[in-house]
Amino acid sequence: MIEVSVRHRRGAFALEAEFAAAGRVTALFGRSGSGKSTLVDVIAGLVRPDRGRIVVDGVVLLDTAARIRVPVHRRRIGYVFQEARLMPHLSVRQNLLFGRFFARHRSGGPSLDAVADLLGIAPLLERRPAGLSGGERQRVAIGRALLARPRLLLMDEPLSALDAARKAEILPYVAQLRDEARVPIVYVSHAVAEVARLADTVVVLDEGRVAACGPAAEVLRRAALFPGRETAETGALLSLRVAAHDDAFGLTHLDGAPGRLTVPRVPLPTGSSLRVRVRARDVLVAREAPRGLSARNVLPGTVVAVTPGEGAHARVEIACGGAVLVAEVTRLAAHELGLAPGLPVLAIVKSVAFDEETIGVLEI
Amino acid sequence: MATLASLLPGLAVAYLLARREFRGRALLDGLVHLPLILPPVVTGYLLLLAFGRRGWFGPALAEIGIVLSFRWTGAALACAVMGFPLMVRAMRLSFEAVDTKLEQAAGTLGAAPAAIFLVVTLPLALPGILAGAVLAFAKAMGEFGATITFVSNIPGETQTLPAAIYTLTQVPGGEAGALRLTLVSVALSMAALVASEWLARRAKARLRA
Repeated sequence: MIEVSVRHRRGAFALEAEFAAAGRVTALFGRSGSGKSTLVDVIAGLVRPDRGRIVVDGVVLLDTAARIRVPVHRRRIGYVFQEARLMPHLSVRQNLLFGRFFARHRSGGPSLDAVADLLGIAPLLERRPAGLSGGERQRVAIGRALLARPRLLLMDEPLSALDAARKAEILPYVAQLRDEARVPIVYVSHAVAEVARLADTVVVLDEGRVAACGPAAEVLRRAALFPGRETAETGALLSLRVAAHDDAFGLTHLDGAPGRLTVPRVPLPTGSSLRVRVRARDVLVAREAPRGLSARNVLPGTVVAVTPGEGAHARVEIACGGAVLVAEVTRLAAHELGLAPGLPVLAIVKSVAFDEETIGVLEI
Repeated sequence: MATLASLLPGLAVAYLLARREFRGRALLDGLVHLPLILPPVVTGYLLLLAFGRRGWFGPALAEIGIVLSFRWTGAALACAVMGFPLMVRAMRLSFEAVDTKLEQAAGTLGAAPAAIFLVVTLPLALPGILAGAVLAFAKAMGEFGATITFVSNIPGETQTLPAAIYTLTQVPGGEAGALRLTLVSVALSMAALVASEWLARRAKARLRA
């Protein structure tokens, strides 16, 4: 459980944020300049706010009213920075054990071997940071933070300095961390794809204020919170279960609240749970069952809301079973189909719309 | 001796000047650099005024058994004062070159400020610290003006290398001795330079490999 309440003013910028989150992964989402990084620096103790209160798992780390301010090195908050910030004069092994040395009087936490295995850095232990790739460095930085036996892990856009391939290399490790390391994580990002894959709770920051805070599935449906290019990335976040594989056609059937979805084959055993993001732009809306359709997913539902967006777009929220899908359609289509709350419709999703970006990892 | 004695205060002052904002910072900065600008004889005379037998602090120090004037300790003090600005400059630059982000990272990993200094800042600044120490050493070896003014030129007690060479060149038949000492001086300076260069290069290589 994390409770944060901070007021901080620097020049023209004012940070006034307050949120509480109980999940394993809390995502701090916002554009650059929205105050995300300042907020995590305040949590870590690197920035001293004008006023604030920070409580992690019942331990008060900061309470300006009560004149409590735990210094950085006693907060036990692991911090993975945008740039790895490894110690250049130490080997990878020494870097990994850096925090463990200062945490040697506490017990618990994973061993060096376990962390090296989890992050795939066992072969790098004797190397120096200067000889590592960006992705490798970032994994070492994550391992280093974990080995310090932290009560909370802060990750400030740990993937932003990496290219797409390196991102794809690290994201699964972070997801595995979430499921195995049992350390709550605050994950800062401005990419909906990362947030959707990882977060239980999403906090959206805008100009230093909390614009939204809630369960990931709810927050990610609200497109207005994610302006610009990221709007198209928003949509429904579904928790599904692998029902069956279709080996002949290389497909997997997923069951869940909205009904059955058919997606390209997922390499998970039957019965495992996973998280799937259905992007609003991938969903079509039909009033009656189309014939001769290539799309494999046709889900009956009821229109809950129609929200005209900027320009030509409108967003249609459709309740399918216990889940809510979001479709981005043109305002013209919404008008001609007469879409309005209460109308029974069909939500249609192409199977190929599901890819590595939208099909999340195993959930435990 | 002078180099060793000034190493710790040199580190402290360099770190203060590089990292801390405080009142009197400019004053400290100026004070440290004064011996670099002042004629050495003036510095030596000021030292004599301060630490001489009848100086401002001389009697007090003599009470606790420290006599500086006309002793080798005084020569060491004069050399240290003259080498100090060179040492502090080099160290300060190397402290400023250490990324404070690394120090922050060390803090989040549980290192207290003193530990951060010892295991992060100091090792990373090491090349510059060594360079500073070598510069101060070279300066101490060559110190003439301040020493001769403060503690005179007593063979075996306060005589520095250049002072000895100067003495030898003033007496007939001293050229051979002067040449010998000149060679010693050149050899020592070369050795110091080579050593510092080697240490600095090794420290840098460790960061890269």
